[in-house]
Amino acid sequence: MLTTFLLLPLAGAIMAIFLPAERERDARWVALFFTLLAFIVSVIIFVRFDTAAEGYQFVESFEWIAAGEAGFSIQYLVGVDGLSAPMVLLLGLLSLVGVLISWNIDLKPKQYFAWLLFLETAVAGVFISLDLIQFFLFWELELLPMFMLISQWGSGRRLYSATKFLLYTLAGSAFMLLGFLLLGFSAGTFNMAELAASPVTDAIVPMAIVFWAITLAFLVKLPVVPVHTWLPDAHTDAPTAVSVMLAGVLLKMGGYGLLRISLSLMPEQAQEFKVILAGIAGFSVLWGAVITLRQTDLKRLVAYSSVSHMGYVLLGAAAMTDVGLSGAALQMFTHGTITGLLFVMVGAIYDRTHTREIAKMSGLMHQMPLIGIVFVIAGLASLGLPSMSGFVAELTTFLGALQAHPAATIAAIFGVVLSAGYILWTVQRIFHGPRAPEWEHLEDARNWPELVAMGVLVISIMAVGIYPSILTNAVESGIAPIAAIVGAVA
Amino acid sequence: MSDIPEAAVWAIYFAPIISFVVIVAFLRRRPLTAGRISVLAVFVAWLLSVWTLIAAVQNDGEALAFQPHLWMSLFEFDVELGLRIDGLSAMMIFVVTSISLLVQIYSTGYMAGDGGYPRFFAFMSLFTAAMLGLVMSSSLLQLFVHWELVGLTSYLLIGFWFHRPSAAAAAKKAFIVTRFGDVGFLIALVLIWTKTGTFDIAEINELAQTALSGAVLTGFVLGLLSGAAGKSAQFPLHFWLPDAMEGPTPVSSIVHSATMVAAGVYLLARFFPAVEAAPGGVQTTIAYMGGFTAIFAATMGVVATDIKRVLAYSTISQLGYMVMAIGLGGYVAAVFHLFTHAFFKSLLFQGAGSVSHATNTFEMPLMGGLRRFMPWTFWTFLIGSVSLAGVFPLAGFWSKDEILLDAWNHDKVLWAVGTMVAFLTALYMFRAIFMTFFGQYRGGAAPEADHGGHEADAQAASTHEPDSHGWLAHPHESPRSMVLPLVLLSIPAIAAGWLAPSGFFGELVEGALNADLRHFAFNPNIVVIATSTVAALAGIGVAAAIYYAGQPRSEEIRSGLGPLPRLVERLYYVNEIAEDVLVRGVLLGGIGRLAAAIDTYVVDGVVNGAARATRVVGDVFRRTETGQLQAYTSVYVLGVVFGAGALFLFAGGLLDRVMP
Repeated sequence: MLTTFLLLPLAGAIMAIFLPAERERDARWVALFFTLLAFIVSVIIFVRFDTAAEGYQFVESFEWIAAGEAGFSIQYLVGVDGLSAPMVLLLGLLSLVGVLISWNIDLKPKQYFAWLLFLETAVAGVFISLDLIQFFLFWELELLPMFMLISQWGSGRRLYSATKFLLYTLAGSAFMLLGFLLLGFSAGTFNMAELAASPVTDAIVPMAIVFWAITLAFLVKLPVVPVHTWLPDAHTDAPTAVSVMLAGVLLKMGGYGLLRISLSLMPEQAQEFKVILAGIAGFSVLWGAVITLRQTDLKRLVAYSSVSHMGYVLLGAAAMTDVGLSGAALQMFTHGTITGLLFVMVGAIYDRTHTREIAKMSGLMHQMPLIGIVFVIAGLASLGLPSMSGFVAELTTFLGALQAHPAATIAAIFGVVLSAGYILWTVQRIFHGPRAPEWEHLEDARNWPELVAMGVLVISIMAVGIYPSILTNAVESGIAPIAAIVGAVA
Repeated sequence: MSDIPEAAVWAIYFAPIISFVVIVAFLRRRPLTAGRISVLAVFVAWLLSVWTLIAAVQNDGEALAFQPHLWMSLFEFDVELGLRIDGLSAMMIFVVTSISLLVQIYSTGYMAGDGGYPRFFAFMSLFTAAMLGLVMSSSLLQLFVHWELVGLTSYLLIGFWFHRPSAAAAAKKAFIVTRFGDVGFLIALVLIWTKTGTFDIAEINELAQTALSGAVLTGFVLGLLSGAAGKSAQFPLHFWLPDAMEGPTPVSSIVHSATMVAAGVYLLARFFPAVEAAPGGVQTTIAYMGGFTAIFAATMGVVATDIKRVLAYSTISQLGYMVMAIGLGGYVAAVFHLFTHAFFKSLLFQGAGSVSHATNTFEMPLMGGLRRFMPWTFWTFLIGSVSLAGVFPLAGFWSKDEILLDAWNHDKVLWAVGTMVAFLTALYMFRAIFMTFFGQYRGGAAPEADHGGHEADAQAASTHEPDSHGWLAHPHESPRSMVLPLVLLSIPAIAAGWLAPSGFFGELVEGALNADLRHFAFNPNIVVIATSTVAALAGIGVAAAIYYAGQPRSEEIRSGLGPLPRLVERLYYVNEIAEDVLVRGVLLGGIGRLAAAIDTYVVDGVVNGAARATRVVGDVFRRTETGQLQAYTSVYVLGVVFGAGALFLFAGGLLDRVMP
């Protein structure tokens, strides 16, 4: 099942590449078909996931590099638990959305959709890998399509932004690989489940260095202040669908890595440094929010808001309580759908106005009521309005974190008023006000791909917001063992 | 009759939600049906609220036994949804549905012809549902959720005419300022859960009396106070409320009487046992915040020229009374004033709306003499004003005097402040009456011409011809759909206070408290009554002298007071301090600019610098790529030797593990 999920987009990518040149526009149909299939598979995985069972499910494996002289093996090993199952669902959903909102790509559509699908496979590999080396390979694999998509189909300083993204991540992952090797050689296995069952306590370098070498890569990816400046650039210059994927799922690789590897495999160090992590988190929330307030470019604004909101993930992780960790996991999913939707809306606006300058737009609610309403919904979800999914995640994080980190939690709570500030101010500037004659020609959203993309995201945001149990049961089953591991060394 | 099924109470909440969904889904193009559905839904809710109130009365105001329902469970974080129906909440449900019903009937007239008519009723329904959910919640979290939804829907309603930049700004301001208060509320919520593991209101109140430490209670109650100060517009978070007048007048009528602003006082009343258990300094803080707000806002009411703004400052001031009462331990007095105020303030706003319906303006200097043209509006407005001024035997008299009585018994300073507020209240209300309804009609204003605006006004006005006096020489009484709610609201504005002497009201709402906190007794004090009555009559007299008789003239008084009137007219510069200095100056200009500069020049400077350095280093090393095999080999050998040596020295353990 998981291998199917992993390989479906890849198959689609290959098929798209081999389309005859005169039918290159059909690449979108190929992409839609395969992402839809992958989405269906992800839904099946999520629905059939047994929240009562322990351990990983849907496990598939084969020996890749057999255990020989070296005493360890590298294997293909995939499986999901309650932490990764929602991520798989999120990936399936957002990849489908990504294809839908790329419907009118004219520039080299075959290559574009092939890279987009390849990206899905790479990210899927990160979320389902249960072997450190395999995890690392997929982690690196994702860079290639991202670099190509931003540098080829982006705008503005796209090459600078793509390179910055690449180098930032590579700088982090070089240390991550080092850390993985140190862990793996010390324990004699790269199997995450085995490593989690008996955490490595002693390596040839101090474990603190191993911890930070690995964690740094995740913090860059998340990202947190001060290793965040790649994100606004990458977002601003990336095509819309890539922004959706970047904010929606790629950042989650950082949060996922924190929970799955930093905390689960090195609980003692995680406990030791949790105050530092929480401090970074609280700082990121406020720093990101304050800078968001100053943005004049709509896309940069949403990008910076991600820095602020991903701070909640780190705060929840740093809480190291079951509720706090659940908050982090929930925030990853909800931020994916909410910010994904925000980027969809930013793209929809940009497609029509051909500007992202907030100051140039006004009164767009008159011409584009539907886009306006959906943008407002996404914005309200982003500012943590109850009845939308963001609130559930933020509240859970705060509840789990206050006891351990009162100052950072209170700082993070102050973030909610700043986010209300930048969201509502943006809505006011773009959508409110009298009719502007220069925008009279704009048309509201009418194309089915756009409407479907908005619809599924709105539904998922509202559904989780009103009835969180659809997500929390899975999260609880995934977080319980992690909380037990970090709790045992508290 | 005394047993009300749980489903019937839930139906009160769901009726307006269903109306909202139906309007949004099916009735966007059918405005009249949308309005009717919305009114019908709230009428059903009102009927059921009467049933609920009867059930609560027969239960002596104590909580009905409804079990909460588990909605979500995540480790020890359980979310339960349930109903808390006792004297306090049943009373509030009744008030909310009553006011909402009358306001919506009024709106069918006031909003007629507006392009956003269905949207208006959809928002009204959602707003009513959110407020109902707030007052009937059995858990703090459920209350908070609806609290935020009230904030959302007030945002939507205040910004209903979003094409007006001022309305859009006011809506945003209302949401953000109240949310600033909500930060404290959220901290209180997270704190109390961390310490008690529950959100259940009854349990928290119980634990507050028995188990919680003073420090926790201080944090919790001050957090609640912060939230209440935002929603109930207490200083220093009061300044969103006057701007909120940008919303359609029916919105002001409901937002500033029974809902939204009432939520803050309700919250403090709901957690009154916790407030009582908190250290004394906390209660003093609450009382003085309320007292200061009461007099501070009243002074601004005296100088405002916009009739809705007069009422807005009045609302802030009266809410200050209520908050002060809570701080003084006057639970019944606060809730009673909340109850009576809802009716006469809703009435007054609707009266102001009726006036503007005829004159196209809220500016009192453009009105005058309307008594002759709009007798119904005049008489009902007069009743509301006399009630608000606290003149015997109207509703406001009874509830205000209970607050002043509590102040007299606990804190003479606050009593003096409260009495002064009574004087100012009478003064600004009768100033408004004389300016609006007496003297010569001064012509009103031309209807607003811009798109989608208040088309009701435009239509009403277009049937008349402007003459030399200005737009409308002969304003007219409002349609029956607007007059009927005015008349119906006049009844409780007169009589709601009569529930006090028998102790009926006090006993009903005290049923919500733990038994040992119930000590209400109707115990009038002749000194308090006499002074407050004198103060109110003096206020009316002064208003009559200045604004009816013209002796002394207001300009003379003004010039005698030096810079003070200007300070008050500029609202003590609170808006400037908050928006220009704190938000634009400190937050955006200072901290924001600094942070952005650090991001651009320091963080990115390091990154780009590292990239540049790499290139320079690369350039240096490129020269070593000479192509000479001998040189490569010798460097390679050296490298291996040093590397192996380093490994043996520092990492012996690694080799053992890799090659056991």
